[in-house]
Amino acid sequence: MIPTHYYLILSAVLFGLGVIAFIFRRNIITIFMSIELMLNAVNLAFVAFSQAWNRLDGQVFVLFVIVVAAAEAAVGLGIIILIQRNRQSLNVERVDLLKL
Amino acid sequence: MPILDNLWIIPLLPLLGSAINGLLGAKWPNKIVNYVAIGSTGLSFACAIEAVREFSQLSPEQIPFVKQFFTWIAAGTFRAGFDLQVDQLTVVMLLVVTGVGWLIHIYSLGYMAHEGGYYRFFSYLNLFMFFMLILVLAANYALLFVGWEGVGLCSYLLIGFYFLRKSATDAGKKAFIVNRIGDFGFMLGMFLLFKTFGTLDFVPLFAKAAPMPADAMGQYGALTVTCLLLFVGATGKSAQLPLYVWLPDAMEGPTPVSALIHAATMVTAGVYVVARSHVLFMRAPSAMLVVAIIGCATALFAATIGLVQTDIKKVLAYSTVSQLGYMFLACGVGAFSAGVFHLMTHAFFKALLFLAAGSVIHAMGGEQDMLKMGGLSKKIKWTYLTMLTATLAIAGFPPLAGFFSKDSILLNAFQSENGGRVLYAIGLFTALLTSFYMFRLIFLTFFGKQNYDEHHVHVHESPKTMLVPLTILAVLSIVGGWLAAPAFWGQPDYFARFLEPVFAQGSTGEAGAAEAAAHALETPLAIVAVLTATLGLGIAYWLYIRKPEKPGELARSMKGPYATLLNKYYVDELYAAVVVKPLLWLSTKVLWQTVDVQMIDGAVNGVAHGALGVGDNVRQAQSGNTRSYAVWVIIGAIVVIAIIFFWPSKPAAIGMVR
Repeated sequence: MIPTHYYLILSAVLFGLGVIAFIFRRNIITIFMSIELMLNAVNLAFVAFSQAWNRLDGQVFVLFVIVVAAAEAAVGLGIIILIQRNRQSLNVERVDLLKL
Repeated sequence: MPILDNLWIIPLLPLLGSAINGLLGAKWPNKIVNYVAIGSTGLSFACAIEAVREFSQLSPEQIPFVKQFFTWIAAGTFRAGFDLQVDQLTVVMLLVVTGVGWLIHIYSLGYMAHEGGYYRFFSYLNLFMFFMLILVLAANYALLFVGWEGVGLCSYLLIGFYFLRKSATDAGKKAFIVNRIGDFGFMLGMFLLFKTFGTLDFVPLFAKAAPMPADAMGQYGALTVTCLLLFVGATGKSAQLPLYVWLPDAMEGPTPVSALIHAATMVTAGVYVVARSHVLFMRAPSAMLVVAIIGCATALFAATIGLVQTDIKKVLAYSTVSQLGYMFLACGVGAFSAGVFHLMTHAFFKALLFLAAGSVIHAMGGEQDMLKMGGLSKKIKWTYLTMLTATLAIAGFPPLAGFFSKDSILLNAFQSENGGRVLYAIGLFTALLTSFYMFRLIFLTFFGKQNYDEHHVHVHESPKTMLVPLTILAVLSIVGGWLAAPAFWGQPDYFARFLEPVFAQGSTGEAGAAEAAAHALETPLAIVAVLTATLGLGIAYWLYIRKPEKPGELARSMKGPYATLLNKYYVDELYAAVVVKPLLWLSTKVLWQTVDVQMIDGAVNGVAHGALGVGDNVRQAQSGNTRSYAVWVIIGAIVVIAIIFFWPSKPAAIGMVR
């Protein structure tokens, strides 16, 4: 059996990649994908703990996270399409109208 | 007793007139304003007469007649009500105020006919009547103070009536501010009265004070201090030394105002208060002495200034100050009824003098300098005759009003124990000066060669509305004094007899023996007084009719004294240097430019600038760049996790994580 900390290390690496991509990429779709990556890294950690402790709580959380991720994808992609339509660009640095 | 039971109606009528004219009169033609103003004061006068008739039917036990209408202030044991009171003193004041006031209202119809702000003038004038009536009818010091302040307000408004003229608004402010000083003393006096006696209502207060002997609370005790403080208020309102400076400047107001407020009624309020408080004053001989000395000094001081003034109204203003000094002299020597008697006769002849002077000014098209008049006696004959009557009255020629009242004061001063002879001598000398400067006014104005250009000034007699009040006042100036005439043939003096119930309460039980001696002195003193007045007339005649070049020579030969008098002893300059300038400096340099601008504004602006600076810096964080926000979120998350895991004392939050 694969020891739990292998999963956790993988999870941490995936999460770190997600964070780095989130910060440094400029394309909104890439950023969006990096968010998904972070969510799934967390899912992996949940499942690993679930198996390690032999409890179902972690798996329940995973289901919740998947649901939230799906909802987020629906809304987020909609926003992305609107941004593309309005600005003919997906560069996140040009979405800064919040600044006065 | 329909009116006595509804006394409030007497002051309320003018208030109503004032409100109607003030609120609605702006668009009305003068005629309607007239009806309202004259009607309300006339009705008030009629009510006052009816009230006096009803009052005369009261039995002595019912006097003073006090009527309580409602409680105005109640706090702890203190109660000040809207209570009105009628006794003999009130009757005199009531008739003088409403009667003379009404006549002056009628006169104003003619005088103000061509002025702007017609409705405003009458609204203020009616408001003044209201406050003055409150003042004389009040049954306690608190309500009296309401009237006291109210007349001060109206005085301010009316002095500054021609508000486009800076000198007028300045004079108004001066009057108001100088009066504040006096009013401060008056208020302190009231507080001390309440502390000492526990009430401000006249009847119980005087009942408590009456059994006390003189100097009951020590020579410099509470009573003396109270009286002096009340007198400080009186010096402000009645223009006595050292607070008289506002009255001459108050002549900036329209002439009817000078007649009504600054000669006949308001300025006598101080005398009224002293007479009203006679019970207290009689028990504070030191305060009485101060009153007598201040009154006497003011009488002389103002008369000397009056000698050289060339503005016709200024002469009358200083004359008023001087005559008010006489009234205080009378009060100070304990002759309150003589003081009030002079108050009444003075109201007649001084109002007449001012109104006649107004008629002269009217005829001259606004000219007030006597040196630019001359020879008017034939052109405005009726004005001349009435003014001559008033002059004879104020100079003290028998049988006119001023003779009796002034004689009564001088007699009482002569007999008083407080250095009476000196006071008498000064009073007599002042009478000489009075006679001189009044006839100087007459000769300069009505006789001699005419000093104006006939092509520019169209001299004309005033309309009937002005002449009728003049005539009535002239008659009053003649007969007004006869009330006291019987004293000369040993009969009771009607006026003093009438006021006796009021002033008897004040006596400390020493009079009586002096009474007999008084009658023996009456005639010799009167002869001396008449001779003095004649001497004044003679000097004025010699200087201004026989040798018209002489006054100029005299002025040149006595340059120093003349300049001093002409500049009113430099009192205004002195006050400016000692009080006004330092105060202005303190206000501008310290309070305004340092405390306000630098400290208070500085603190407020500093806080604002600080907030602005902080905001400017913090706002850099809100770049609008999504990724920078993300970095902040991550840094925050890292910090939180670090705290949870590495905080040495293990905060409680960890329990939730496990």
